Amino acid sequence: MGGLAGYGAYIPYYRLERSRIAGALGTGGGRGTRSVAGYDEDTTSLAVEAGRVALASLAGADGRGAVRQLFFATAVPAYADKTNATAIHAALRLPADALAVDMVGAVRSGVGALLTAAQSATPAMAVLADIRTGLPGSADERDSGDGAAAFIFAGAGSGLPVLAEITGQGCATAEFLDRWRSPGAAASRVWEERFGEQVYGPLAEVAVADALKQAGLTPGQVDHLIVAGLPARAAARIVRAAGVRPEAVTDNRTASIGNAGTAQPGILLADVLDRAGPGETILLVVLADGATALVLRTTAALASHRPQRPVAAQIAAGSTALEYATFLSWRGFLDREPPRRPDPDPVAAPPAQRRADWKFGLVASRCTRCGLRSLPPDRVCQNCHAVDEMAAVPLADVPATVATFTVDRLAYTPSPPMFMVVLDFDGGGRMRCQLADATEDEVRIGLRAEMTFRRLVTAAGVHNYFWKARPVRATG
Amino acid sequence: MGSHGIRDQVAIVGMGCTAFGEHWGKSTDDLLVESATAAAASAGVGLAEIDAFWLGTMGSGVSGLTLSKPLRLPYKPVTRLENMCATGSESLRNACYAVASGAYDVAMAIGVEKLKDSGYSGLAGSNPPGAGDDGKGDTTAPANFSLLAPAYAAKYGVDPAEMKDVLTRIAWKNHQNGAKNPRAQFRKEVPKETIKNSPLVAGMLGIFDCSGVSDGSAAAIVVRAADAPRYTGKPLYVKALSLVAGPASGLSSPDYDFTTFPEVAASARDAYQQAGIRDPRAELALAEVHDCFTPTELVLMEDLGFAERGQGWKDVLSGCFDAGGDLPVNPDGGLKAFGHPIGASGLRMMFEAWLQLRGEAPAERALRTVADGRSLALTHNLGGGPGECVSFVSVVGTHRGA
Repeated sequence: MGGLAGYGAYIPYYRLERSRIAGALGTGGGRGTRSVAGYDEDTTSLAVEAGRVALASLAGADGRGAVRQLFFATAVPAYADKTNATAIHAALRLPADALAVDMVGAVRSGVGALLTAAQSATPAMAVLADIRTGLPGSADERDSGDGAAAFIFAGAGSGLPVLAEITGQGCATAEFLDRWRSPGAAASRVWEERFGEQVYGPLAEVAVADALKQAGLTPGQVDHLIVAGLPARAAARIVRAAGVRPEAVTDNRTASIGNAGTAQPGILLADVLDRAGPGETILLVVLADGATALVLRTTAALASHRPQRPVAAQIAAGSTALEYATFLSWRGFLDREPPRRPDPDPVAAPPAQRRADWKFGLVASRCTRCGLRSLPPDRVCQNCHAVDEMAAVPLADVPATVATFTVDRLAYTPSPPMFMVVLDFDGGGRMRCQLADATEDEVRIGLRAEMTFRRLVTAAGVHNYFWKARPVRATG
Repeated sequence: MGSHGIRDQVAIVGMGCTAFGEHWGKSTDDLLVESATAAAASAGVGLAEIDAFWLGTMGSGVSGLTLSKPLRLPYKPVTRLENMCATGSESLRNACYAVASGAYDVAMAIGVEKLKDSGYSGLAGSNPPGAGDDGKGDTTAPANFSLLAPAYAAKYGVDPAEMKDVLTRIAWKNHQNGAKNPRAQFRKEVPKETIKNSPLVAGMLGIFDCSGVSDGSAAAIVVRAADAPRYTGKPLYVKALSLVAGPASGLSSPDYDFTTFPEVAASARDAYQQAGIRDPRAELALAEVHDCFTPTELVLMEDLGFAERGQGWKDVLSGCFDAGGDLPVNPDGGLKAFGHPIGASGLRMMFEAWLQLRGEAPAERALRTVADGRSLALTHNLGGGPGECVSFVSVVGTHRGA
């Protein structure tokens, strides 16, 4: 099997303090926080952010150009019928001749995408994303979380680095009602947890035994055990029964970010890779409509290819200022009065297709005569007026500085007010865009900013994906 | 190559202007009929004697039929045009050129906007289908113009609280002027404290820093200068007409610092050259400028050469641009208090020049500068926003060949 060449996770900026739920509803809640995707994020945009972190971890190697396949997994795709992976493919600027497909609808798709990419003979990328909640006051609302993780596998002979080898794999599949949701329903339904606990136990035993046998290991030789899955009670039992050393049991981070369902195995694996030493063994068990086990062995290359944004740092950087009412409105459980403004213009297909490099990839132009950058790309240079002498210049990963800004309280936005900034990119180029993940007292002239892929708004059933700026925060 | 202007070749010999406001009971047609018949009557002509029409409206209708139908014009040339908020001035500019060319003897420029049928706050534009990737349609006009205030304050070392006082003074002054004007949308003086503490709309701009959203129409009759005395004893001779569209590079070029409209400076230079004006602040009797938002008026004082760079805010605070000041700016209340029905605003500005220079403003609004013998007025109309806009400047005067 191929090795892991790069990885990265994305934990959205916002946290909901669980105590705020009880504060509003008088019941429920609990301790700790859960991660919350912004109102301008969906599973596709989360996937792009995780993918960017993973590609950046391949510093030096042309991972972007090497990727031949992209598998996108989520339980809540932004579109049905239309492939969501194509927007991710475009935003990550993957090769035009690479395959990009969805594996969506079920939580189990996450580990499915991971295994499919891992088994690919050519370099392949799996991106797992989820945005999860439940009805107000529910356990799902409290315990779940939002996030994404991306993994790039080297395939055979690609020349990409190998940070971890996959040494064993086991699977058990079973048809039973544990968790289900009708398409379009606001919340999942689950059977009694004790039922799932009883069904998952034997399935996990089979998968783990097969994987460890392939790897030639006993449970005691496992350095890091991750048990992921929305059935928390079953997962806890399997951790206890796994027979690994107590210090091998990893923190599943649910106290701080909750359980991101489809993406959880990826986030937890990235978290362990962030700190695992060379030559260590990781056992990943995923519970979802069966059990899947994966054994990885880290290499010496891991230490020099870790992403710039470790999971722990992203967790620490989160903001707990989010009000419960705001959370409810972001997830569609609380309809707020919109401004007395026209509905936003829907995206038109032909212009979006013509400008896909810019819209999704943030690829601007640079005049080959005078060097001036233009955002969006120009045909006529605004400095030297040369016509059609432009080269493409990708700016998504170039930092910028806020030249000026305003707070727009009248504009249509799903979460007023709108922060608008004029950004000057390092090395030249200016654009006006919205600022995400920021509060009024943070916005200032001179603020350092970086680009982030967002869903600006949805109009006429069309999601408008484009880039925003966000404050540069210490996440490394 | 060269911009030569048509100084003193044409004259305005009649004008009409509706009251501006929330005209729930009046349609676009009603407003057009009202201003067109008033302008024609003012020139002493019937509509049938007008040879050609230029109708400016941003969104209240398309094609010449928007005017020819309500007026039942019999097979006349009617052009409908649009140049954002400079639309009304653009209709005047085109009518003037048509007469100067000799193509027509009598032309009408007319502007109209019916904003209050939309049900929205502010402007509701309609953009061509797009990719949603250029920031267009994201932010509102007050947000775009609000960028001027912090940039100006930072560049010239004005304390933010003092900057708020400067903006407040501009709104206060224009409301003072509008309060005396029966055609204005807002006819009440507003205390500075009310202006200053009004709910924020964007950046440091409150509701009272924004122009009035209103319905209205205004019209002018243009003839050759030589023919003007046949229509009125007091024609307004057109000294300069300048319109520029910028390269729209302010939002894409880091060189732009949001403390000026280069388009305004360019159109002012061109207009002053056409009119032979050297010191606008001393030569003009009044200026009607595009005060869509209070920081716009501040920056315009410098771009139009009424104040030195970085000094405009002091001149505002000292009352230089008050109705009784060195150079009265927006003595009719401006966009702020008179209201801003887009396509009509440029011609509404000209209407104030028409009243003031001809001594027809009521006594309580009459300007000392006119009594002192100044005979020139400037109108300035702007469309777009900081970084990308179109700008129009005209100069008119009561003396031909002066």
